[in-house]
Amino acid sequence: MIELRGLTKRFGANTVLDGIDLDIAEGEIVVVIGPSGTGKSTLLRCFNLLERPDAGRLTIDGLTLDLAHCDRRQALALRRRTAFVFQNYALFANKNALDNIAERLIIVDRLPKREAHARAREILARVGLANRETSYPSALSGGQQQRIGIGRAMAANAALMLFDEPTSALDPEWVDEVLAVMKDLALARQTMLVVTHEMRFARDLADRVIFMEGGRIVEQGPPSELFTRPADPRTRAFLRKVLPDAEV
Amino acid sequence: MSLDFDYMLVLAPILLGYLPLTLQMATIAMALALVLASLLAIVRVLRTPVLYQATGLFISFFRGTPLLVQLFLFYYGLPQVLSFMTRIDGVTAAVMGLTLHFSAYMAESIRAAIVGVDRSQTDAALSIGMTQAQMMRRIVLPQAVRVALPTLVNYFIDMIKSTSLAFTLGVTEMMGATQKEAASSFLYFEAFLTVAVIYWVVVETLSFVQRRLERWLGRAYRR
Ligand SMILES: Nc1ncnc2c1ncn2[C@@H]1O[C@H](COP(=O)(O)OP(=O)(O)OP(=O)(O)O)[C@@H](O)[C@H]1O
Ligand SMILES: [Mg+2]
Repeated sequence: MIELRGLTKRFGANTVLDGIDLDIAEGEIVVVIGPSGTGKSTLLRCFNLLERPDAGRLTIDGLTLDLAHCDRRQALALRRRTAFVFQNYALFANKNALDNIAERLIIVDRLPKREAHARAREILARVGLANRETSYPSALSGGQQQRIGIGRAMAANAALMLFDEPTSALDPEWVDEVLAVMKDLALARQTMLVVTHEMRFARDLADRVIFMEGGRIVEQGPPSELFTRPADPRTRAFLRKVLPDAEV
Repeated sequence: MSLDFDYMLVLAPILLGYLPLTLQMATIAMALALVLASLLAIVRVLRTPVLYQATGLFISFFRGTPLLVQLFLFYYGLPQVLSFMTRIDGVTAAVMGLTLHFSAYMAESIRAAIVGVDRSQTDAALSIGMTQAQMMRRIVLPQAVRVALPTLVNYFIDMIKSTSLAFTLGVTEMMGATQKEAASSFLYFEAFLTVAVIYWVVVETLSFVQRRLERWLGRAYRR
């Protein structure tokens, strides 16, 4: 069980996250939706301290920490329990596909190189890119890069995988292959927190959908309920925009 | 004007005998300067308190004074005030001077290249649980070096040419040897022309290697 309490983040005078409480069960797939600039990316980035929150407590995988005040060692411990998939893939430009995945295993988990490469090969195969081991990011399509980005996150065996709009930088032709990899993970019950505009993914795979606005959680529930009977007028207004064909 | 071509042909192999020393000094100084410049650059980027000010002073001094003055300072000056340096030889003093002098320049190119590495690369490195040091060593510096490489090779070329100053510290490297040969043959023009051609060929060879190296380092970025 992952427990987040009172997460607050300000940029100057701008309160971007305003006391977020969030529990995520093991194996749960949680999707976050909400208008632009509402703090979704910041929420994810606070989860692994890419942003330093102003307040908040997090318990994850036997580790409890005060997000605003933890030291470097605790920050590393948290990052080693989480994995991040970036909107713009952010593959290491100086490493090929295999090493992008193996890097963490070698440097952070200190596996012997052979073992790390063997594991990285398994992951490459799982994301359908066994034949691109030696390709550098610049030689791969957006869809291929993002599948490796997910592969790199998979190498962590993380207690929580964070996805920040993993398909929104992609040309439409590559979206499905990335969603397929995410579906594979979801079906394997990898705990994940996903910010996305892909309502199909939310509807088909999420256990819970969270609607955020103005740095707060406005409403949450299983997709079958939230998408068909949203209680809050703000949720309704947002869904009407992103699901133009739906009756909400 | 007549050119004693035969003399040049005899002299060339003699001078080439001193090329290894010249290259050795330049290579060792370059290797040390690369390490020192990287450390300086990292301090400049991270703005580590105290170290930041200290490195600023260091860089300012070694860029702000002539290399020849620095070499004399090390070779003739320091032993007078630091007793443990009394037995410093010319080669060591030259390597030291070249290292410090060029590291100050190289630090600035490396710093600029580090700052140029995309934020998403450092985010990704931190997200997989790397420490700052690991991130620098594994992700940021390799990408920065590629950007800084052409400039760094230019500094190496400059360094090779600057080793000739070591002859003022009594080191018989290529330039020192030329000086001696010329003094006994009185064929100054031929002697210095010969050594000039040798430096020239060495530098041109390096420029060729530079182009190959750039292509090799750029392999990750080509389709
Ligand atoms: N580094 C930063 N410095 C200052 N303000 C920031 C910074 N990062 C984000 N913000 C602000 O915080 C707010 C929330 O940003 P965030 O990126 O979390 O929103 P989002 O919900 O992910 O939006 P989008 O759907 O457009 O990705 C925005 O107003 C943004 O301008
Ligand atoms: Mg965002």
